[in-house]
Amino acid sequence: MIKVQGLTKRYARTVAVDDISFEVQKGQIVGFLGPNGAGKTTTMRVLTCFLPPTAGTAQVAGFDVLEQPLEVKRRIGYLPEAPPLYPEMEVREYLTFVGKLKGIPKSDLSRRVAEVCERCAIGDYRDKLISKLSRGYRQRVGLAQAIIHNPDVLILDEPTAGLDPKQIIETRQLIKGLAGDHTIILSTHILSEVEQTCQHVIIINQGKLAAPPDTVENLTRRLRGAESVAVEIETRDGVPDAAAAQRRLEQVAGVSRVIPKESRDGRLLFEVESLQGRPVRGELARAVVEAGWSLNELRPVALSLEKIFLELTASEQQGGQGGAQ
Amino acid sequence: MRNILTIYRKELKGYFASWVGYVVIAFFAVIFGYFFYVATAIFVNQSFQSQMMGRGFPMDMNEWVIRPLMMNVSVIGLFVIPMITMRLFAEEKRSGTIELLMTSPVRDLEIVLGKWLAATTFYACVLLISALDLIFLFVYGPPDWKPILVAYLGLLLQGGCLLALGTFISSLTRNQIIAAGGTFAACLLLWVFEWVTAYETSSWARVVSYLSVLTHFEPFAKGLLDSKDVIFYLSAIFLGLFLTTRSMESLRWRA
Repeated sequence: MIKVQGLTKRYARTVAVDDISFEVQKGQIVGFLGPNGAGKTTTMRVLTCFLPPTAGTAQVAGFDVLEQPLEVKRRIGYLPEAPPLYPEMEVREYLTFVGKLKGIPKSDLSRRVAEVCERCAIGDYRDKLISKLSRGYRQRVGLAQAIIHNPDVLILDEPTAGLDPKQIIETRQLIKGLAGDHTIILSTHILSEVEQTCQHVIIINQGKLAAPPDTVENLTRRLRGAESVAVEIETRDGVPDAAAAQRRLEQVAGVSRVIPKESRDGRLLFEVESLQGRPVRGELARAVVEAGWSLNELRPVALSLEKIFLELTASEQQGGQGGAQ
Repeated sequence: MRNILTIYRKELKGYFASWVGYVVIAFFAVIFGYFFYVATAIFVNQSFQSQMMGRGFPMDMNEWVIRPLMMNVSVIGLFVIPMITMRLFAEEKRSGTIELLMTSPVRDLEIVLGKWLAATTFYACVLLISALDLIFLFVYGPPDWKPILVAYLGLLLQGGCLLALGTFISSLTRNQIIAAGGTFAACLLLWVFEWVTAYETSSWARVVSYLSVLTHFEPFAKGLLDSKDVIFYLSAIFLGLFLTTRSMESLRWRA
């Protein structure tokens, strides 16, 4: 549905996007993940024909953004980071205006407006001035605007930024609900959002892909490498002390590293990393019990996307700095 | 065509949905009302005097009231037009709604035309206020209506040309104040260009003077419809709209 090849966007002095290639299949929800200023918005703006690429090509539904921008625009719904609203308009008036702009035939217009109002749960606010709406409802009107012409591709730039937790959950559910009919690209710098809403993830940093596009599970599995286990030991009268406990855990076969996390209220918490493919939980439990200590907790730690992300971007940065110095 | 109409309706509504439209109309109504009062007062005064001097025939209302008034309106226009055009693009750029327009299946030219047509229609509404005052002249001694019609056509053409310029300047900035200030300065320059012929008669002075929008309005005020002036205004409108479309395009490349 979306095909990007060697996309580069250069501004006067900076390179915002540097030689990015990826593909998105029909019906997927793809998370576009990266820190602020990574080039997410720029890539999205190229896809929506707002900006022309400096080099490379981008195709949406088989149409090139430079060659046939009108065809591309017809098939895209776009919610920029700040919803493009006219505060002096009423919600229904605004949606009707956008619908006309997107080329919805007059006969379908009021039906479509009613449909998106219902879908985005803004039916009760139909006759309100947009300037009187709260941030969350403005975001919903922005989303309604993006889906009004039932586009094949939906591009959402940080759709949950600036919302309160309840609104974030509602917006995510709304996006998930749209998934079947539309191909969705959403950008975010919040990792849990990708984990919760997206099937695929594209990680971008400093204008480059930090990892090849992949499913969220694959990426987690591939980068996990070693298993990581959290161990909590209870102490009685200061026995064992942290150093002794750490030494004992390190002796367990298959353990590569023991990281002391915290110790308080007579509890010692360690994170134990094992060598790849060596299950160590049983050995750890036996070691602790045999030493006569009481084991409070033993649980595998899933390597969060957060960690993966930090790892990927950190190595990237080291490489970049090395080159610059 | 439908897209132009969509943009046009939205913009025209925008003038009346915000205070800008009403302020501009009020501003114009007050100033024109004052000019109208002074012009008629002088006319009445002078008619009395000429009757006392023993000249029997009445003075020409078209020449003594309407022509100077129309020249005044064209000058008031220079002040009104920046207020009308300042928001057209600058506001959309500031609020980010320009992204909606530019990512919708609409051509740049359609956006520009819709906006300019709305501005011109609104300016026509403003001019209509002055027609309300002129109705009184028809009650008390009918002037010739044909020169008045020509004068209004001239005002509309002159306005359209300055509005196109203002639209262009508004597309260059995201700050409405700068857009208004720039448009006002440009309008003022185009007005005073005619002064150079007062001290220079060389060919460049005549070219500069020819660019003055006021030189081309004078025949209209007299009730003269000259194709030379009509073509001047039409080509100026075309140039302004062309530049605006180009400026929108460059927005994509610079952004």
